[in-house]
Amino acid sequence: MYTLPKKLKLFAIAFMVVGAIGMIAGFLSAPKTTAEVKEMMASHHGDGHGETVEDVSHGDNHGEVNEDAHGGEDAHYEHVLHQMQNRPWSALYIASFFFFMIALGTLAFYAIQYAAQAGWSPVLFRVMEGITAYLPVASVIIFVLLLLSAFHVNHIFHWMDPELVNPESEHYDKLIAGKSGFLNVPFFLIRAAIFLLGWNLYRWISRKNSIADDTAEDNRYFKKNFKASAGFLVFFIVTESMMSWDWIMSFDPHWFSTLFGWYVFAGMMVSAITVIAMVTIYLKSQGYLEHVNDSHIHDLAKFMFGFSIFWTYLWFSQFMLIWYANIPEEVTYFVTRIEDYNLPFFGMLAMNFIFPVLLLMNSDYKRVNWFVIMTGIVILAGHYIDVFNMVMPATVGTSWYIGIPEIGSLLFFFGLFVLVVFTALTKAPLLAKRNPFIKESKHFHY
Amino acid sequence: MASKVIHAIYNDDDILMNAVKAVRNEHYHIEEVYTPFPVHGLDKAMGLAGTRIAITSFMYGLVGLSVAIIMMNFIMIQDWPQNIGGKPSFSYIENMPAFVPIMFEMTVFFAAHLMVITFYMRSKLWPFKKAENPDPRTTDDHFLMAIDAGSHDVEKVSKFLKETGAIEISLIENEDDH
Repeated sequence: MYTLPKKLKLFAIAFMVVGAIGMIAGFLSAPKTTAEVKEMMASHHGDGHGETVEDVSHGDNHGEVNEDAHGGEDAHYEHVLHQMQNRPWSALYIASFFFFMIALGTLAFYAIQYAAQAGWSPVLFRVMEGITAYLPVASVIIFVLLLLSAFHVNHIFHWMDPELVNPESEHYDKLIAGKSGFLNVPFFLIRAAIFLLGWNLYRWISRKNSIADDTAEDNRYFKKNFKASAGFLVFFIVTESMMSWDWIMSFDPHWFSTLFGWYVFAGMMVSAITVIAMVTIYLKSQGYLEHVNDSHIHDLAKFMFGFSIFWTYLWFSQFMLIWYANIPEEVTYFVTRIEDYNLPFFGMLAMNFIFPVLLLMNSDYKRVNWFVIMTGIVILAGHYIDVFNMVMPATVGTSWYIGIPEIGSLLFFFGLFVLVVFTALTKAPLLAKRNPFIKESKHFHY
Repeated sequence: MASKVIHAIYNDDDILMNAVKAVRNEHYHIEEVYTPFPVHGLDKAMGLAGTRIAITSFMYGLVGLSVAIIMMNFIMIQDWPQNIGGKPSFSYIENMPAFVPIMFEMTVFFAAHLMVITFYMRSKLWPFKKAENPDPRTTDDHFLMAIDAGSHDVEKVSKFLKETGAIEISLIENEDDH
């Protein structure tokens, strides 16, 4: 049995407190009137991300063209005000989604292990179950955030504005109105509820069966989990794709990409496997998980390597077609990111592709624990920036910065994640001892 | 000088693996093991040095990548400048996304083919080469371990090999030492 060290608990709570202070500071420092924006821009001009009046011509591919059509400086300041007000909300949303996606990706990876009847991984099942314990917590937070957006507490989901689908309004947006059969607030929330309930239901069932299997007489619970996992994977791959349209792609309601669901999935899987490897190495270094050997770490690192390349393949497939075809309504997505988000956009490509490829290519390096951890940190930072790049350009445009609100939210959810995951790890023995493949897993060697 | 080699034949890969470990424990020298299929972990059990083919593969991949870059730059940018995707910039770097599939494929092509050729050369294989295989049954369902008899007592070694599970043991005297 694992017991939660006091130090770790304190460490997690300290992160949450510091993070919460950062988040609150972010909300308090957001401007409330255009006068404050003018003041801030006058004093902050050297921020390094040009907020000049000329810049307004791009950065708003999200249908606020009408607003700008009135021209004038006041409209511009109003626009910047909305962006700055969106910033702490977007930072909160990105960080909460990032840790949510780690838990969900781990759940999918866990289901794959069951459905494939994998022989190498059962010694890691309790680690994966510990990470997925964050899923219910994350689901509640995400749902609350979506509700806040739906009730117009914030305006990060631009399309939720009822003016846009009202033909009488001067802000009427034909494209968004055309999508409103699918993209409307009640259906959006119903979908979110179905996705979250479905995923959490599987997580609850599989965990219950896995614990029950420890004291069972036969393989009944394993068989139940096998069936549940196969069913979940079918549900997951459909709902994950729709979730990515709803919760991420709809930030740019005019734009669409048909492989977006896969793209988000790849990022989710690589982050999840990286976290599994990191938690495993951490527990191993504390003297737990005595059956985990080099070969298990090697296999996890292989997955990190493979899914990093898979992610790049999808990133490139999405980018190249849009770049090549050069259709205005599609290409704005990348034009904004390359012009206004140049460093994070290309930086995350280096972190998510070049780094893992070069560092994890050598077979021997995949078994060096600190090497896997260091590469893992780069991969996780890269995928956080990837989510950042998917959300921020649509919500805050050129008024972005990785500052106190972003880092504060990241620290808060990191602390919460560590606290929930490691508390869950203490709830059950770290070895699923009656799993029919446990012997094979203990003797696994490459 | 004529060298003596003991051929021990096994009919199961697990027994063979244990026999290899036992033989090495007794410090007999294994010249070669002939198997009908690759036996997982046999190289480690025999104490063979790790392969360096991965390093050659990486270098061949870099060669392929360079060839692709030079080739596409010559064909599409210098020799006959092309308007790519309606964006006639005539610069390699600006048109790079269009060349990535070629760069990828050439990297894989060079790495794979040159690696196979390297493997053939390193293992001294070529078309019409006469098989070095001492017993045709090792291409079907038997495993053969060749042990250098050296100055050991052949009787004693044979007895020991029987104990490790060999089903057939024979002493071979090679006229020419290779």
